Amino acid sequence: MGLIQIGASILIGLLIGALTRERRTLRIYLLLACSVLAVYWFQPALPLRSFDFWLPSLSLALTILTWLVTSPAGAWRLGPNFIGLSIIVGLATLVDLSRYVLPDPVLTATTPPQFFQYCIFLLVVGIILSFFGWSPPRRLWTISAVIILLIVILIILKTPALSLQTSILFRTVANRPIESASFTDLRWLGFSYIAFRLIHVLRDKQTGHLPELSLPEFGTYVVFFPALAAGPIDRAERFTQDLRKDFSLTQDETLLAGQRIFLGLFKKFVIADTLAIIALNDALATQVRTMGWMWIVVYAYAFQIYFDFSGYTDIAIGIARLVGIKLPENFAAPYTRPNLTQFWNSWHMSLTQWFRSYFFNPFNRWMRGLKHIPAWVMIFMGQAATMLLIGLWHGITVNFILWGLWHGIGLFLQNRWSEFIRTRYSNLGQDARLRILLQIGSILITFHFVALGWVFFALSDPSLSWQVFRKLFGM
Amino acid sequence: MESRTRLYPLLLKTALIFVLFNLTFIFLNDLPLGKISLYNSLFPGRERFPFGETRASYNLSLFDLDAMFASHVLAGTEKAPDEYRVLLIGDSSVWGTLLTPEQTLAGQLNASASNACGKTIRAYNLGYPTIVLTKDLMMLDQAREYQPDLVIWLTTLEAFPNDKQLTSPVVANNAERVEDLITNYQIPLNASEPALVKPSAWEQTLVSQRRALADLLRLQIYGALWASTGIDQVYPQDYERAQTDLEASDDFHGLASLENALAFEVLDAGMSVVPHMILVNEPMLISSGRNSDIRYNFFYPRWAYDEYRQQLAEHATNRNWRYLDLWDLVPADEFTNSAIHLTPAGEGLLANKILKAIQAECK
Repeated sequence: MGLIQIGASILIGLLIGALTRERRTLRIYLLLACSVLAVYWFQPALPLRSFDFWLPSLSLALTILTWLVTSPAGAWRLGPNFIGLSIIVGLATLVDLSRYVLPDPVLTATTPPQFFQYCIFLLVVGIILSFFGWSPPRRLWTISAVIILLIVILIILKTPALSLQTSILFRTVANRPIESASFTDLRWLGFSYIAFRLIHVLRDKQTGHLPELSLPEFGTYVVFFPALAAGPIDRAERFTQDLRKDFSLTQDETLLAGQRIFLGLFKKFVIADTLAIIALNDALATQVRTMGWMWIVVYAYAFQIYFDFSGYTDIAIGIARLVGIKLPENFAAPYTRPNLTQFWNSWHMSLTQWFRSYFFNPFNRWMRGLKHIPAWVMIFMGQAATMLLIGLWHGITVNFILWGLWHGIGLFLQNRWSEFIRTRYSNLGQDARLRILLQIGSILITFHFVALGWVFFALSDPSLSWQVFRKLFGM
Repeated sequence: MESRTRLYPLLLKTALIFVLFNLTFIFLNDLPLGKISLYNSLFPGRERFPFGETRASYNLSLFDLDAMFASHVLAGTEKAPDEYRVLLIGDSSVWGTLLTPEQTLAGQLNASASNACGKTIRAYNLGYPTIVLTKDLMMLDQAREYQPDLVIWLTTLEAFPNDKQLTSPVVANNAERVEDLITNYQIPLNASEPALVKPSAWEQTLVSQRRALADLLRLQIYGALWASTGIDQVYPQDYERAQTDLEASDDFHGLASLENALAFEVLDAGMSVVPHMILVNEPMLISSGRNSDIRYNFFYPRWAYDEYRQQLAEHATNRNWRYLDLWDLVPADEFTNSAIHLTPAGEGLLANKILKAIQAECK
């Protein structure tokens, strides 16, 4: 999101907050409508023709599909759901028709596709939705099928080679030159977050934890415009509670939201964007000449990624607050944590919480059922596999795998070390000065472990990371 | 949670502070903010002026001469008793497009570790990639304070036409300096030329000046990249070589003759700035490709360049200047992406000639 989109989001937040005092239903419909438009508006231009229209449309189609397979049969006929469906389809249609009215594209980065193409898309989506959604006996496997579909799309988007092949396929179908195809052709804004919200809902439905949600509530939750581009990943039941509450935008709320937004803007556009100039990247990995400067460049990256991401989160939380939604916190001073477990409890918290709920805990429960596996192996497997998946969520590349393993192994070693210290040196914490020293030392070690992990995350190639490590340690 | 701050007074105070800050900034505009620099203290000074259009160059172009000089190694180098200080003024060929600092003319002169007048020669690259005499004069005027023993001014015909003296961006955006130069050196240039940017009060507010201020800050941040990488421009693996097949046109700035079309008064002013100067007509590509009977290269038709060389030689002789006409010193294959940009070997040839001229200055 750029400054103009953030500014518009703030304005829309203020307007919705001010215009819908105590009018819950109107607020939900307005939030859904703005979020649907934001899905199109925030999507950057793509080299593939009209994909900046098709990908947002697919986000909305997947949202409706997921709602259909998690709702009682015939739910779409109920008043609010029908209105919600009409808002989503109606606005998508208006966005497409805008090509015939507006001289230049406004709601999409490039001119939307022709209306007949859009009609074909609607028809195909309609048939798929009918097939998946309106046949109750198929429910049990349809939920699994949608989860698999979402995971397959994520894998394609996150794997450069698969993305490239998909781009080549689309170009071939569209009779366009394939030489200029790139794995970045399918930059689908916010899909990682949308997919995780949808999978969360589908899994909760499977386990019987999902409350009933109307389509307007569900749609707003999945594509909520402040959290569309960079999260956080809220839980549907918590989000809906806020949505169903009566809300009046008071002066105090506006001030608190404003403080949070300004803090976020400062973090992102002043601190992070400044640090970005000198932060580690592929070019600097080979260009920096001395060990000292390489450390500075790595530190700059560590703080840049924190201020960038937490800045965006602050902005999202602030804007959401204007419309009465209290999004979950994503960061809690992570670089001041004395160990890696606490770091991961305070870094991208909504993502780690998601993985804890839907992978780590079920995986550990499954392993406990296996006989003859030592405890330490289970701890290692659980932590390494979870961190590996978190790495893969960022991208299916060797460097993200290494980053995930770095943290997985780090968490395991920290777990063993803590156990070792606790059983042998339990009286260490009795001396206050020693305790402070240990605390400071632990924070520094944890920060440096995380900062060194960013060497994998920031770079595209393991050989570049190796070069940086050699420079960092004077090898 | 109850907040003690009230929204509307807060918004009013914010608006008032914003307006006051902007109005105050109009009066602060004359402060030489550009002289405040992290270069030569936290970061090493640059070997050449900041100039660049892409982020990958770790560099940027700005119009603030104070900031440009403050970032230069010259501003942070105390002149040693045994230093023979040589300042090199000129365009992109002196600045060193596609050349690392060590490969430039200044770099090669320094690498030779030669002596002149019993002292060690230390050359400073004050080239800037804009071909116009007025810009060179601005640089010369500012460079005086750095106690040069000798200034070498490399120039070419493209810097001379009267019609372009005030229109290049770095000149046009330094209107006050240019007006001072016109007054101090009595140059017959029009100070009310519309190209000169004279900001209104609104254009001097903080809001209007945000880009210039951001550039100043970015220049400081790029200091970290300069210090850590030593890179100040993009060095592409491959580039388009200077044109040798030329258009069949003998046009030069729409002129029929160079009579009264060249800014020799600006040259006179420049040559009077410091006592010891050498004027150099810089090397250029002499093409042997298509239409080379009409043009020497992309820049110059033969008639214009021949006339210029004759006029410049006569002008220099009449004023008893030290003048080197090195126009054909460098063979065609030692040029890179322009008819005036040299390869490291081409710079080496030039450096040898210049070095001899510097040493001859002491005899």
